[in-house]
Amino acid sequence: MTNEQLKEKILTIEPSVVITENKQVLYVNIAKEKLFFLAKKLKETEELFFDYLVNITGVDRQKSMEVVYHLDSSKYRHLIVLKTDTADRENPAIDSVCSIWRTAEFHEREVFDFFGIRFNNHPDMRRLFLDDDWQGYPLRKDYVDDKIVQR
Amino acid sequence: MADYTNVLEHDRLKEKLEEQEYIINMGPQHPSTHGVLRLVLSLKGEIVKSIQPHCGYIHRGIEKMCEKLTYQQIIHLTDRLDYLSAHMNNEAVCLCVEKALDVEVPERVKYIRTILDELNRLASHELWWCSFGMDLGALTVFFYGLRDREKILDIFEESTGGRLLQSYNCPGGLMNDVHPDFQKKVKEFISYFRKKLPEYDELLSGNVILMERTKGIGLLSLEDAISFGVTGPSGRASGFACDVRKHYPYSAYNKVDFREVIYTEGDTFHRYKARIDEMWESMKIIEQLIDNIPDGDYSAKMKPVIRLPEGEYYQRVESSRGEFGVYIISDGNKTPYRIKFRSPNFSNLSALNIIAKDFKIADLIAIGGSLDLVIPDIDR
Repeated sequence: MTNEQLKEKILTIEPSVVITENKQVLYVNIAKEKLFFLAKKLKETEELFFDYLVNITGVDRQKSMEVVYHLDSSKYRHLIVLKTDTADRENPAIDSVCSIWRTAEFHEREVFDFFGIRFNNHPDMRRLFLDDDWQGYPLRKDYVDDKIVQR
Repeated sequence: MADYTNVLEHDRLKEKLEEQEYIINMGPQHPSTHGVLRLVLSLKGEIVKSIQPHCGYIHRGIEKMCEKLTYQQIIHLTDRLDYLSAHMNNEAVCLCVEKALDVEVPERVKYIRTILDELNRLASHELWWCSFGMDLGALTVFFYGLRDREKILDIFEESTGGRLLQSYNCPGGLMNDVHPDFQKKVKEFISYFRKKLPEYDELLSGNVILMERTKGIGLLSLEDAISFGVTGPSGRASGFACDVRKHYPYSAYNKVDFREVIYTEGDTFHRYKARIDEMWESMKIIEQLIDNIPDGDYSAKMKPVIRLPEGEYYQRVESSRGEFGVYIISDGNKTPYRIKFRSPNFSNLSALNIIAKDFKIADLIAIGGSLDLVIPDIDR
């Protein structure tokens, strides 16, 4: 499917998405309330069939916390980037996609570990790399640690 | 048992104890985890019931460090992720930067990069083969594998100056031109290794003990492989056609003819077979390119300070263990706003619980070996 067709198809599933294109890749922005619904549809719709979750990235946008999903289809070989964000920095929470792509379980734990974004309905929401008693979330832009060397 | 401060984990372990499951730690220092990985196993007799990986023993915060480094400096950290795929990791960053800047690198660079990729893959698979043999008690294998890998490292050393970590790619091309003897040495190696690879099969592939310990062990279905994002030879042994070189060609991969090795059995033996077959394919790729390296510059003209235009860029390459991805978010500065590495081992590890469940603890060693995990790539 070409990007134009993909765009059209995704817009019919969920009209509220904002789609931009950069370097032949589609970026699909979705409100966090609708993330799970859209993600499920992306995988289950026969023409889209995004069955392979490549990567989940957490991003600290300072005004908001963003989560980025790279999705690929093992059947059609098309890649899209799905993005959602939350303005709440104190207690950010986004729906988990574990039940759709099982690899998300690890990736979401990593995002939680470094950005403090909780994933609702995640079976095992613990830190992955750092100790359980670690203070703060290191990949946030406002993270302070006296061990970081300022240059 | 250690002091598990986390309530969630404590509850789960208690539950397991009530079910009369026996919980042991494998690692962080264990020869067959090939690095500092700790697995908390719950066993019923000899049967593995569940595996909880504990990562982070060698987490260096490379993604955070990269936010303070320029793009030329970042490549010196990426080869420390999966150190056995150092060249591919560097290439991913370079390709991503070049894509963002719309730089077209000279043909010569593309050819040399591809050849070095495949040499790196050969070296990595040889090391995997010898350590896999050793995991299963075949010690001779270890010496054979290292002997042949040494020859590739010599070629690397001559041209790039580095044996394990080359940092030879840089945005725009290569650090310097290859050694004048490069072509000759590579051709010598290929004709040498074409004779040696059948020896690998004779020594280990047909071995009864290996067959007994790997055939039908550690099954991973196609659905699970895709759902868990298991890529590389491990994924392809389950039938998941995920070779980035084939489906999203980069560098000179669209100019060569090679087979994407796919098996559908999904057991430990076929993960083994997939890697052996890949070595043949790698040699085929190198042979097609080595005589045709075009003349020209070894680097495109780049500005000394690289600033990527504001935006987001993603580039994927096939490393020795699967799909390696670089995702750069730039705000127009000379350092990335956020950089994320999609490491193949991280996703492959997430499937370990499914693969090894209900097999014996001794099989876990074979399964772990066949997944070929490199721990610094998981921890980053």
